[in-house]
Amino acid sequence: MSIYPDSVRIPSAVAGASVRRRTLLRRAAAAGLLAGPAAGLLSACAGSDPGTGTETGTKSADNPFGVADGSSVDVVVFNGGLGDEYPEFDKTLFVAKHDSVTVNLSSTQKIKTEQQPKFSTTPADLINNSGADLMAIDTLINEGALTELTPLLDAPSWDDPAVKVRDTLLPGTVDDGTFDGEFFQLNYAYTVFGLWFDQALFDRNGWAVPTSFDEFFTLAPQIKAAGVAPFAFAGKYPYYMRWPIMTWIWLAGGRQAVVDIDNLAEGAWQTDAVTAAMSAVEKMVADGYTLTGSDTLTHTESQQAWLDGKAAFLPCGTWLENEMRATIPGGFQMKIAPVWNVGATDAAPYGTVQAGSGEGWIVPKKAANAPGGMEFLRAMLSKEGAGKFAELTSSLASVKGSGDNVTTSTALTSANELMTNAPGDLVSFRHPDWYADLDKVEQNAIGELMAGRMTAKEFQDTLQQAADEIAADDAVNKFTRS
Amino acid sequence: MQHGKARFVTGFLALPVALYVFYVVWPYAQAAGYSLTNWGGYSDTQEFVGLANYVRMFGDELIRTAFWHNVFFLVTLPLFTIALALFLAFLLNVGGRGDRAGVRGVRGSGVYKVIFFFPQVLSLVLVAIMWGAIYRGDSQGLLNGILIRIGLVDAEQPLKFVSDPTPFLGVPAVLWWLLLIAVWGGVGFYMVLFSAAMQSIPKDIFEAAMLDGASRVTSFLRITLPLLRDSISVAWVYLGFIALDMYALVFVMTPNQGGPDHASEVFASVINFTAFNKGQFGYACAIGVALAIFTLLLAAVQLRITRRERIEF
Repeated sequence: MSIYPDSVRIPSAVAGASVRRRTLLRRAAAAGLLAGPAAGLLSACAGSDPGTGTETGTKSADNPFGVADGSSVDVVVFNGGLGDEYPEFDKTLFVAKHDSVTVNLSSTQKIKTEQQPKFSTTPADLINNSGADLMAIDTLINEGALTELTPLLDAPSWDDPAVKVRDTLLPGTVDDGTFDGEFFQLNYAYTVFGLWFDQALFDRNGWAVPTSFDEFFTLAPQIKAAGVAPFAFAGKYPYYMRWPIMTWIWLAGGRQAVVDIDNLAEGAWQTDAVTAAMSAVEKMVADGYTLTGSDTLTHTESQQAWLDGKAAFLPCGTWLENEMRATIPGGFQMKIAPVWNVGATDAAPYGTVQAGSGEGWIVPKKAANAPGGMEFLRAMLSKEGAGKFAELTSSLASVKGSGDNVTTSTALTSANELMTNAPGDLVSFRHPDWYADLDKVEQNAIGELMAGRMTAKEFQDTLQQAADEIAADDAVNKFTRS
Repeated sequence: MQHGKARFVTGFLALPVALYVFYVVWPYAQAAGYSLTNWGGYSDTQEFVGLANYVRMFGDELIRTAFWHNVFFLVTLPLFTIALALFLAFLLNVGGRGDRAGVRGVRGSGVYKVIFFFPQVLSLVLVAIMWGAIYRGDSQGLLNGILIRIGLVDAEQPLKFVSDPTPFLGVPAVLWWLLLIAVWGGVGFYMVLFSAAMQSIPKDIFEAAMLDGASRVTSFLRITLPLLRDSISVAWVYLGFIALDMYALVFVMTPNQGGPDHASEVFASVINFTAFNKGQFGYACAIGVALAIFTLLLAAVQLRITRRERIEF
């Protein structure tokens, strides 16, 4: 599970925040199932045998789930930010291999409204459970309503029988769809976070993308001298700034630094690593390297200012190009760079990336043709299917190399490159999902820090106090990760 | 005949009353019920906790912050809105004279009425988004852009408006900027309300005063104001309700919905956060019930204070 892809669907400043919060709550609850004491209960409820009362044909290497000849597969796609075009292409792939099978593709924005009533009787065979009207995944699992998809992971991939589907997926995808050891949801879209810049602007001025705060502080005066602010951000929604900040903490202190923060460990906010990261951020603000007024801007305002050449760097996820498509100026070469390192003693190497999968697909337990549903997923996860998805949506699919053949989007190409070169673990953090109070305190503190009204020290003290209060509050349900 | 009429009326009223009870009264009662539980909002299980939520509310620092912010609006919003609305209504109805005989408003008053009333027809969210562009905290904001161009504001230090927690007269600046929008949005409606009330005052009263040589100020203070007492009293109560809400402006316009750093937190934003982010619906219901009681008390007190003998004309 990851919080990221919800941000993809932020339609506007107004609606976005609330939609995101709502899905977050559900996800937080689902996260609890992973870690909390309810885990034992869950495994008792959710069966793991693949699709039950279904017509099956003969299984073979080319037909690993045994899709019956002459059967039909009902696929429902959510028509949201990523559109509903890409499954049309997957349908042609599917039918080319199984010419006697009919695929009924339908698209809707009301997944829950339309699918929930049918779930215990005649659900579709494959559902893209996404959007504001999605069905809570934790509830679905709890009710034993989903087909376990491990057979899909272990099936031979569409393109190469020697490679399992599991091995074609980007890191984190399997984890994100796994609940208490069982894989129920295939997240098809992949979001990469980083610092965005305009390659054309950098080329014109002969600037090199910094790899550390030191290099940034050397370059920043030159950027400023050119009449450009070095760094823009969405001050009105401080959680946008949390992505690079948590990455800086991860880079400085390694995975454990962030795991400790998530686990409310004693003194987790006051380690040297966090001090190093936060002091660097404080210095960036104090030295005047942020876009004037950035602390008051919405995400789209700051993004547009960046597109207009008023700032050099902007932290965001890979939905950026799609979101701003209408107003990207000609000649702009949108690229994403890794979040630069904090210092020479960093625990994680340069290039460490924050990324995660979203846009879940599920096969109902009662699906009439579960093998068909899984086979359709296998087609979607093919090189061709994933490549088409990247081409149509300018977003990466959770399949390795899905952006390899897309040359029209510098944003997508650079994100793809970032993932290919990413060393070690992917950055992830959970505490905002788990503890609403801590989330609020943290967002407020990030806002104050980025507005220059709070020092790094005060930031750390504030967060430590909030974390300690939650740790000491028996009324708050606790979660842990490792 | 009389009892047949009663049955007839009852028959007609039964359905609407039932609907009203089911859709309006019952949810209120439910909220009051939930306020005594620890309901989380996403399950059908809850525990009865008595008055624990209400006790907790008194120790909650965030609620206290929100309370004082609402009190700020409660004092300022009716005051500024009514004063301005009265002033404008007076100008539009009796203010224009001098060169001609008779009682009339300033020239073009019909046009002004439409202009001033205009914000009233816009949805509040639309107003908030529009003012977001006016208040934008960089040189592209309408106000900042103008002020920077005429040299009143340093381009490196633009005004932050709704992102500014610095106290002004002891109150965070963000609240004053929000107040400005609320007054702007409300003034037109009350101006029209007061205009209607002023037009129902017989013209000969004004003419008599005029013949006696009363100035505009005198005729306003001695004639208009006392005769508008009822309308003003009603306006005061309505504006009190609005002052206790302020949710849409805070939610749409301020950083982190109640920020920066809780500087614009109001009851409604705390309720929203408590219910939908923290998943403490029981506690949120308790805050809501407390707010409802406070509102009712306030309305009762205001109407009692302003109650006077009615003047017939």
